[in-house]
Amino acid sequence: MSEISFVRPDPNDFLDIDALLSEEEVLLRDTVRNFVEKEITPHVGEWWEEGHIPTADLAKAFGELGMLGMHLEGYGCAGTSATAYGLACMELEAGDSGIRSFVSVQGSLAMFPIWKFGSEEQKQEWLPRMATGEIIGCFGLTEADSGSDPASMRTNARRDGSDWVLNGSKMWITNGSVADVAIVWARTDEGIRGFIVPTDTPGFSAPEIKKKASLRASVTSELILDNVRLPADAVLPGVASMRGPLSCLNEARFGIAFGAMGAARSCYETALEYSKERVQFNKPIGSFQLTQAKLVEMMVAVQKGTLLALHLGRRKDAGTLTPEQISFGKFDNVRHALEVARTARSILGANGITLEYPVFRHMANLETVYTYEGTNEIHTLVIGQSLTGLDAFA
Amino acid sequence: MRVVACVKQIPDPSTPYKLEEGTGWLLRPNDQVLDDTDRYGVEMGLQIAQANGGTLTLVSMGPTGSAQGIRQALAMGADKAVIVDDATLRGADALTTARVLAAAIGKEGFDLVITGTESTDGYAGVVPQMLAELLGVPSLTYATSVEASSDQVKIHRQTVTGYDVVTSGLPAVLSVTAGVVEPRYPTFKGIMDAKKKPLETLTLADLGIEAGPAQEVTGVNPAPEREAGRKIEDDGSAHLAIIELLEQKKVI
Ligand SMILES: Cc1cc2nc3c(=O)[nH]c(=O)nc-3n(C[C@H](O)[C@H](O)[C@H](O)COP(=O)(O)OP(=O)(O)OC[C@H]3O[C@@H](n4cnc5c(N)ncnc54)[C@H](O)[C@@H]3O)c2cc1C
Ligand SMILES: Cc1cc2nc3c(=O)[nH]c(=O)nc-3n(C[C@H](O)[C@H](O)[C@H](O)COP(=O)(O)OP(=O)(O)OC[C@H]3O[C@@H](n4cnc5c(N)ncnc54)[C@H](O)[C@@H]3O)c2cc1C
Repeated sequence: MSEISFVRPDPNDFLDIDALLSEEEVLLRDTVRNFVEKEITPHVGEWWEEGHIPTADLAKAFGELGMLGMHLEGYGCAGTSATAYGLACMELEAGDSGIRSFVSVQGSLAMFPIWKFGSEEQKQEWLPRMATGEIIGCFGLTEADSGSDPASMRTNARRDGSDWVLNGSKMWITNGSVADVAIVWARTDEGIRGFIVPTDTPGFSAPEIKKKASLRASVTSELILDNVRLPADAVLPGVASMRGPLSCLNEARFGIAFGAMGAARSCYETALEYSKERVQFNKPIGSFQLTQAKLVEMMVAVQKGTLLALHLGRRKDAGTLTPEQISFGKFDNVRHALEVARTARSILGANGITLEYPVFRHMANLETVYTYEGTNEIHTLVIGQSLTGLDAFA
Repeated sequence: MRVVACVKQIPDPSTPYKLEEGTGWLLRPNDQVLDDTDRYGVEMGLQIAQANGGTLTLVSMGPTGSAQGIRQALAMGADKAVIVDDATLRGADALTTARVLAAAIGKEGFDLVITGTESTDGYAGVVPQMLAELLGVPSLTYATSVEASSDQVKIHRQTVTGYDVVTSGLPAVLSVTAGVVEPRYPTFKGIMDAKKKPLETLTLADLGIEAGPAQEVTGVNPAPEREAGRKIEDDGSAHLAIIELLEQKKVI
């Protein structure tokens, strides 16, 4: 008969989820964790407050580690497992959702479509320099009037001789103003197609969106395409439908299921420490039952969400993960991360509203994470459709 | 150029250390980590090997366990690792450690051996000097900066008041201080390649030597509790009381 162990659980890994990771995964995770603790955490509060990040330096540092397009094979990419990619996202987002967004966009939204749908020449030309961070990419799908329903996009591309001419605009594009290359999705006579647009092409501009109250350590921009003329080989040959952008989003959403738990963990750990040190009524606030109930709820949410993410990672590596299951992960982990952040915020009292602690920053960031990459509602409908076979979108 | 870095796996310093009842030896878990101070030696070794077209071999003594700490150093870029792991080495003291490391390094062949100055768990701070003596080569210790070519090494040796400039031909043993170089993060490629790099485990029989603990732990006592400091209330003459105290302690 099996025995019960009386080893006290680690408050920061209550279920010993670490035991489910391989030695290599632990090493990779710890490397990213160290990197974040040293290079991101000490500065990110200030970047967030100023609404400015040292993009080029970060891109280079990420490139050196092998973080950019890490789960892709060849072309200078590290070629790690999907689980390893998820673990890296988790650690990055424990730093800041904006920093994780940078890596998600570069790897899953800009490099992935080239890797998956590009020609051999396109891959050779772009991927190695994107992997090192020398070239920054962005992904333009959303438009001002076309968010949850991207198939309604108006941006279009028409053939002119052997060239393509693009017109339209994109909205809410991460890394837009700092990108060297944009993957732009546009309506054509042949369906929705992806274009590799060097951002110095005449007619292309990318004004930055200011006054954000969320994801402030990340650049968000509008893309304007005014008669942007591209050669015939700018189009991604491998896809001509919404399957193109949606398959990129699957990659990124998968990472978000992990990432959200990184942000939640950071909030929980901060609140746990705080509750042991902050004294009111002559006792640490962690000794009050209401605070303990909050801590327990947070810890359970973080552990369950991490297990879920890891399960999705193993399925992705086995090639059995479905888009609906990715929706499950994005839907459930992000909403719980947001709840954890709000609860942690309350435990920190007035300190919880400052940028001296990471909690408020995570909480505000997670509002974006809740909305982008498919809103919480849209993922609910995806899962609902999968349960009932009935489409509730429109 | 053959560069060897000595690296030690130690129990994670963020966890409480436990000593074995009776022997007083440190209990080493299966999962040990790379001693942080050895990351500087590894980085130094990588830089010197890369600049001079050489290789970097890691040499370690201790229970292999999951070898996670060694993989960490391989992931940084070292070419191979040799671990001497033998049950009779339990409780090995510094001289025993140095003899075993010297035998393994001698078997590998070397132009330059790099160590930390002091391990985080044992902090005897004598293994490098012993190693140099046993290998019959000069030792350059406490380096805060290093210039190395394929036949010479020049360092700044930290002293109480500043530094000495020390130069030696090769082969030699070099001990580096934390901060001598900024250790790189292992790259993801490096982490995945580390699995495929050669990791050789040797016993004392493989090295053809006999060794075992030459020292005995005769007692283990808890560190004395720190006494509460004396409070001097400032009634306008506190500075005099402080000066008197400092004079008593002979610090001024
Ligand atoms: C900081 C930030 C960065 C971003 N980065 C990128 C990027 O790099 N690239 C990119 O292409 N996009 C990006 N986006 C855009 C993001 O993907 C969209 O905001 C998102 O898809 C939602 O679109 P919307 O904002 O137009 O909201 P809408 O689609 O207008 O939705 C508004 C509300 O209506 C709900 N709703 C809509 N349709 C339905 C329905 N059928 N049933 C029920 N409820 C519904 C939504 O769930 C939501 O609550 C980013 C957004 C932000 C905030
Ligand atoms: C099977 C086995 C069991 C052991 N059990 C114990 C135990 O129970 N308790 C205990 O305290 N020690 C144990 N040791 C380790 C050994 O006792 C110490 O390594 C030795 O005492 C050296 O002291 P130090 O670490 O203080 O050296 P220092 O002189 O402080 O180290 C200076 C530098 O020398 C190098 N170095 C030192 N030791 C090693 C090493 N082992 N491998 C590679 N490089 C090294 C490092 O670069 C280090 O930075 C065990 C070793 C073996 C093989």
